[in-house]
Amino acid sequence: MGIFAFSAPDPCNAFITRIPEAEYGDGKLAGVSIAVKDNISTKGIQTTCGSKILEGYVPPYDAHVVELLRAEGAAILGKTNMDEFGMGTTTENSAYGPTLNPADRERVPGGSSGGSAAAVASGMVRMALGTDTGGSIRCPAAFCGIVGMKPTYGRVSRYGLVAYANSLEQIGPMAANVPDISLLMGVLTCHDPRDSTSIIAPYTHTPDPDIHGLKVGVPEEYFGKGVDPRVASTVWEGISLLERLGAEIITCRMPSMDYALAAYYVTCMSEASSNLARFDGVRYGPPADPKKQWHESFQERRRDGFGKEVRRRVMLGTFALSSGYYGKYYAKAQSARRNVAADFSRLFSEVDVLAGPTMPTIAFRLGEKSDPLSMYLSDILTVPANLAGVPAISVPCGKVDGMPVGLQIMGRWCADERVIDVAYAFEEGVSA
Amino acid sequence: MSSVSGSPAFQAVEGDEEVIIGLEVHCQLDTKTKLFCGCSTDYRDDGPNTHVCPICLGLPGSLPAVNRKAVEFALKVAKALNCRVLEESEFSRKNYFYPDLNKGFQISQYDKPLAVEGWLRIEGDDGEKTVRITRVHMEEDPGRLVHKGGADRPKYTLVDYNRAGIPLIEMVTEPDIRSPKEARRFLNKLRATLEYLGVFDSEKEGSLRVDANISIQPRGWFEAHGKGMEGRGRTEVKNISSYKGVEKALTFEITRQKNLIRRGQRLETATRHFVETRGVTTASRSKEMEQDYRYFPEPDLVPLRVSDWCERIVLPELPDARQNRFMDEYGCSYNHARTLTGDLRVAEFYEKVAAVDPRIAATWVADTLLGELNYRDMNIAKVSPSHFIELLQMLKEDVITDKSAVEVLRVILDQLAEGCQCEAPSSCVARLNLAKTADDGLDAVIEEVMREHPQAVEDFHNGRKEALNFLVGQVMRKTRGRVDPGDVNRRLREILPPGGT
Repeated sequence: MGIFAFSAPDPCNAFITRIPEAEYGDGKLAGVSIAVKDNISTKGIQTTCGSKILEGYVPPYDAHVVELLRAEGAAILGKTNMDEFGMGTTTENSAYGPTLNPADRERVPGGSSGGSAAAVASGMVRMALGTDTGGSIRCPAAFCGIVGMKPTYGRVSRYGLVAYANSLEQIGPMAANVPDISLLMGVLTCHDPRDSTSIIAPYTHTPDPDIHGLKVGVPEEYFGKGVDPRVASTVWEGISLLERLGAEIITCRMPSMDYALAAYYVTCMSEASSNLARFDGVRYGPPADPKKQWHESFQERRRDGFGKEVRRRVMLGTFALSSGYYGKYYAKAQSARRNVAADFSRLFSEVDVLAGPTMPTIAFRLGEKSDPLSMYLSDILTVPANLAGVPAISVPCGKVDGMPVGLQIMGRWCADERVIDVAYAFEEGVSA
Repeated sequence: MSSVSGSPAFQAVEGDEEVIIGLEVHCQLDTKTKLFCGCSTDYRDDGPNTHVCPICLGLPGSLPAVNRKAVEFALKVAKALNCRVLEESEFSRKNYFYPDLNKGFQISQYDKPLAVEGWLRIEGDDGEKTVRITRVHMEEDPGRLVHKGGADRPKYTLVDYNRAGIPLIEMVTEPDIRSPKEARRFLNKLRATLEYLGVFDSEKEGSLRVDANISIQPRGWFEAHGKGMEGRGRTEVKNISSYKGVEKALTFEITRQKNLIRRGQRLETATRHFVETRGVTTASRSKEMEQDYRYFPEPDLVPLRVSDWCERIVLPELPDARQNRFMDEYGCSYNHARTLTGDLRVAEFYEKVAAVDPRIAATWVADTLLGELNYRDMNIAKVSPSHFIELLQMLKEDVITDKSAVEVLRVILDQLAEGCQCEAPSSCVARLNLAKTADDGLDAVIEEVMREHPQAVEDFHNGRKEALNFLVGQVMRKTRGRVDPGDVNRRLREILPPGGT
């Protein structure tokens, strides 16, 4: 029990809200400093999702994961910056200014959990919670040189996570090393009847670095077009390390990758268009103008309150769900999604895990991805795990141009333990 | 939906037309807690926004979790309506903006409803008929808007989310109903069925809402063309919230449509709103009906697989079964049995009082009591069965006459209507001195009447039969109905000297 005085400077703008004196209790995380992404509800602490529309919104309840953190004694030091509602790969789309990459402040930290990654990478906190809808934990982990994990869909309750794309996203741990990820997984994976998609599968594992005989599949597509050759060769070196540690490397193919990105964006935009409908000025943000017709004032609130990227995705998602287009877009995306899942199960009948780069490039320069399509394309390597609901982790794996590169390891559904073992073996192997 | 009205084929002459009605009925399921959270559903007497939590307020990050009891209730309804429960059903989001809609979407069911293809037997205009049920699905009630400062041009509007998340069941019929009266009968039967199941309380304000689809087509057109009702345009009348309102709204709408047809005007498919206070339907903005709800499966809920569960559900006795039992067990007439079983409270009341004498009880509950209650717009729940038993007992033992019994009943009901504690029938009889006059007492009254009306006695003696009726009337008047007119008649004939001729 005690108070954590939090006065560390924040040159990278990692936090939206800071708790200067954070209380903590006893438990597995007694006194451990933790930052929470600002789309996770914290009772009594402003939760903005990086959006102007939620400025000043103070939830009256804690998300399930925050209850768990508090119950284990963690010191919650604040709420971290993010792309508005999670929509972005750079943490530049925040109403509270961009977060900078601690490794190079001219570059982005990745996104959308960029604030959490920067807070860990700069040593402001020991651990952080991020959320991963299409790579939002793994991308900033890779860009900032830390470890970040997206658990199996359903292993961590989403209760209290402000929804962006419900069927894809998971809350997950971010930390400087794999044992801390494992520690946090042990706290977060507690069944919650309030989340109907929550499964009963508590994580009680201790990482085991022995990977002798492990079959590691490497999909050719993960080293295909658009992947920076320097990143590709750095990751290949990492994969050879796994081989030296006793794993068997098997190259394989994942044809559904062709449709993964389209399926992902149609799904997440559609869900987002519905999830964000509640922000209409009646309950959150500046009040709607009572002199105007309600639909008129709703339009104004939403036009002024949402950033450009959010408006783009809401409009595209609304279109994709519209009568006459649903079959062409949303329904088709769901069938593509089933194909991705089928690809994974086929591959996982032959190999234990899949490995490849987390991101096709190193961290972008600030403002570099001004064209939304090229930003969307950079998610190609992370979205498949979300579409299939399988666990995936990013561990630091060397540098290119002085910037960190991430090795991504994906595992079978609910085999988060195995994914953590491989990451742990790699981390130990690198430092050996 | 397009309208193909106005084509010459549909210019039928008046009288050679039929009314086609289909209903969408929404009922609140009478669960203790809301559909997706643990908030109490008992909000009606409480202040605004007092039965709310992050879930039913739709606060960012909250998630719905299905109330098992609500599903069980809905399955009971599906089973009672003879529906097929789908192997897998799912919730979908119905997206639209409205200030009472806390999440910007309503969790409902769309292309995979809970159950489909059922039916309900009702008494139609031409005898018993079957109304087919298209589908039964579950959804959440939105909040409620309270307009302040004038209904027409409110100064401002407040939102109360107490109602948000109350479980609703929506039941959609095929267009099998042919008149407003049939629609009313269907609703009565449906209400009775739901109340017998113990899943619905029709007494709760706002617990029923009906949308009615109505069109007038040339006779036989519908049979020939079937579902879709794409002949003349049809009207969807929304916002009907009472049983009487449905009949009123449909009757109004038939007149309106017939007038348009008579004037040769084109009937567009349109949405109209029922204004209960004025008994009319008014046009809605066409924009509202063009709304695209952009349904998609609710990603926060898993599909329901409940068809096995439904098979295990044992239903209680339903209105038709109870009607048959009342005829067998109590010897009720068909009409009495139907009336008595048409409302759960009445049926239960009858069963509590039937032991005195099932036939007397049937007449007195079905004919007298219900009539008196209806006159006072009162509910049978207010009447104490033990008091009614006492009244029936006095009737059976010939302590009071039918006329006195009606008087006692009226006194008691008036007391109840005023919210007073009502007196027991026996003390009411004593207070008003309504007990039947004993025979010796009767003779004294008869002698008194004969003394006072010697002319009538004389007339009777001279063979004028109507003089006897006059004397009976006088005796009845003097005893204030405490004697049986038959008894008086008999006794008078014995006492009076026989008539001449």
